[in-house]
Amino acid sequence: MRYAISILLIGAFIGGAVVGMLGLPGRISSQPPVEIYSDRYFPGMDRQPKLRPQKPFEFFANGVSSQLPPPGTVARSPGVATLSGVVHRFEDNPFNTGMVTGSTNFIDVNPMPMTQALLERGRQRFDIYCAPCHGRLGDGNGITKAIGDMPAVANLHDARIISMPDGEIFNTVTHGKGLMGAYGPIVPAEDRWAVIAYLRALQLSDLGTTNDLDASQQALLNHTP
Amino acid sequence: MSAIFPKWTNWLPLVLALVAALAGGAVTAGVAVYVTPKYYRVGYQPVQPVPFSHKVHAGQLGLDCRYCHSNVDKSWVANIPSASTCMNCHNQVLKDDPRLAIVRESATNNTPIPWVQIHIVPDYVYFNHSVHVNRGISCVECHGRVDQMDTVRQAKSLSMSFCLDCHRDPAAHIRPVDKVTDLGWQWDSDPAKAAKMQEINGTKFVHDWKVESLQSCSACHR
Ligand code: HEC
Ligand code: HEC
Ligand code: HEC
Ligand code: HEC
Ligand code: HEC
Repeated sequence: MRYAISILLIGAFIGGAVVGMLGLPGRISSQPPVEIYSDRYFPGMDRQPKLRPQKPFEFFANGVSSQLPPPGTVARSPGVATLSGVVHRFEDNPFNTGMVTGSTNFIDVNPMPMTQALLERGRQRFDIYCAPCHGRLGDGNGITKAIGDMPAVANLHDARIISMPDGEIFNTVTHGKGLMGAYGPIVPAEDRWAVIAYLRALQLSDLGTTNDLDASQQALLNHTP
Repeated sequence: MSAIFPKWTNWLPLVLALVAALAGGAVTAGVAVYVTPKYYRVGYQPVQPVPFSHKVHAGQLGLDCRYCHSNVDKSWVANIPSASTCMNCHNQVLKDDPRLAIVRESATNNTPIPWVQIHIVPDYVYFNHSVHVNRGISCVECHGRVDQMDTVRQAKSLSMSFCLDCHRDPAAHIRPVDKVTDLGWQWDSDPAKAAKMQEINGTKFVHDWKVESLQSCSACHR
C-alpha cells in the first residue's frame, strides 16, 4: 500500500513538473518553436535548400532573397484589354504612363473601357488604398486626419483636380506628388485606372444638382406627404 | 524452497502491469498534448524590431489588410510591406519618433527591416493565399483576430489536421468575398441565427462558386 502511494506521488510530481516547465498549450512565448523534423536529423525535410520570398540570403550583396529584376527586364504577362487594344506592361503606352506616346502630354481620358465592373473594382480599391487619407467621399477627411493629425491631404473635389486630365492624376498616383507617396508599386495599372474612373464618379456625384434627376424622381423629391 | 520468493511477489506482475499502464498512459498523454503544433507553435509571439501594432493600424485606424499585404489576393505569398508603405503616412505622422527610426533608415537606404517571421509551413507543403482569399476564406480562420493584437502571435496551429478540417467541409467557413478582410464580421449578432445562415449560405456559395473539397495528398504536397 505504501509503495502504491509513493509511486502515485512520484508520478504526480513528475507530471506537475512537466506541466510546470512546459506550460499548457496556447501559452505565449517569444522563443522560436522547436522544429520536430529539424534540419540536423532530417536534412531537407521541413527546410529545403530553396529560396522563399523576403528571406535573408547572404549570396546577394544586399542580403535578401527577393531581388529587383535587372534593368531592362520585361515581365511576361497576357496584357490588358484597353480601348485601343491589348497593351503589355512594358510598352510605352498611355495605359502604362498616363502620357501620349512619345511626349510628356497627359492623356485626357481613361484608356479602360467604362463598365459597371470597372467602377465596382475602382470603388473597392479606392476604399482600400485612398480612403485612409482622402476619406471614402474623397473630401480629404480620412481617418489619418482625425487620429494621425495629417493636415495636408488634398480634397479631391477641388476644382483644380476636377479639371485635371485623367493622365495627370494617374501620374500622381503612380509616382506620388509632394507629401503623397507613390502607389504604383502596390496598385497595378489597371486598378489605378479603375480608381480614377471611380474618383470621377465621386466628383460627379458631388457636383450633381436636382436638375440631373429625371421627371419622376423630381416629382418624388417635391412630393409633400 | 518456499523462502526464495516471499508471498508478496505474487502481486509483482499486477503491480508492474499497473505501473507500466500508468507510465504508458502518462507518456501518451504527454505526447498528445505537447508534441503537436497546437503546443509548440500556437502562442509564438516574437519580439519585433519595430513595435508595430495591428491593433492601432488595422483596428483603430481601420486600414484594410490589403493596404499593406497588397499581394495577398494576387499571389501565393502575403507580402510584408516595404518601408515606403509605412512612410506614406509616417512622413507626416510621428515624423521624428524614435520607435520608427529603423523604418526611416530602411526607406532612405533600402536596407531590409529584420521582421521576425511567425507563421510558416514546412517546405514540403504548398500553400497559396490568393486561392483562399478569393474564395471567401477570411484571414481570421488561419490567423485569429490580428486586428486586436498589439504584437502578432500565432493563433491557430496550421497543422495538417487543421487544414484538412476545413478542406473536408468548406461550407462551414466560407463567407462573402468582400468580407474576407473584415475580421470581426458575422452573419448575425445572434450566434444561433448566424450558424443557421452560415449553413444555408455556405452550402449555396460552395455550390455556386464550384468550390472543391480538396483532400487528396497532391493538393498540398506537389
Ligand atoms: C497616406 C495618405 C494618402 C493616401 C493613402 C493617398 N493620398 Fe492622395 N494625397 C495625400 C496628400 C498628403 C496629398 C497632398 C500632396 C501635396 O500637395 O503635397 C495628396 C494629393 C492627392 C492628389 C492631388 C495632387 C495634386 O496635383 O495636387 C490626388 C489626385 C490624389 N492625392 C489622389 C489619390 C488617390 C487616387 C489615392 C489612392 C490610390 C490617394 N491619393 C491615396 C495623401 C494620400
Ligand atoms: C499598416 C500596415 C499593415 C496593415 C494594415 C496590416 N498589416 Fe499585417 N503586418 C504588417 C507588418 C509590418 C508585419 C510584420 C511585423 C509583425 O509581424 O508585426 C505584419 C505581419 C502580419 C502577420 C504575421 C506575419 C508572419 O510573420 O507570420 C499577419 C498574420 C498579418 N500581418 C495579418 C494581417 C491582417 C489579417 C491584417 C488586416 C486585418 C493586417 N495584417 C493588416 C503590416 C500591416
Ligand atoms: C494610413 C497611415 C499609416 C500607415 C500606412 C502606417 N501607419 Fe503607423 N501609425 C499611423 C497613425 C495614425 C498612428 C498613431 C499615431 C498616434 O498615436 O498619434 C501610427 C502609429 C505607429 C506607431 C506607434 C505605435 C503606437 O502604439 O502608437 C508605430 C511604431 C508605427 N505606427 C509603425 C508603422 C509601420 C512599421 C508601418 C508600416 C508597416 C506603419 N506604421 C504604417 C498611421 C499609419
Ligand atoms: C487558409 C489559411 C490562411 C488564410 C485564409 C490566410 N492566411 Fe496568411 N498565412 C497562412 C499560412 C499557412 C502562412 C505561412 C505561409 C508560409 O509558410 O509561407 C501565412 C502567412 C502569412 C503572412 C506572412 C508571410 C511571410 O512570408 O512571412 C502574412 C503577412 C499573412 N499570412 C497575411 C494574411 C492576410 C492579410 C490574410 C487575409 C487577407 C491571410 N493571411 C489569410 C494561412 C492563411
Ligand atoms: C477555413 C478553410 C480552409 C483552411 C483552414 C485551409 N483551406 Fe486550403 N482551401 C480552402 C478552399 C475553400 C479552397 C478552394 C478550393 C477550390 O478552389 O475549389 C482551398 C484550396 C487550397 C489549395 C488549392 C490551391 C490550388 O492552387 O488549387 C491548397 C494547396 C490549399 N488549399 C492548401 C491549404 C493548406 C496548406 C492549409 C493549411 C495551412 C489550408 N489550405 C487551410 C479552404 C481552406
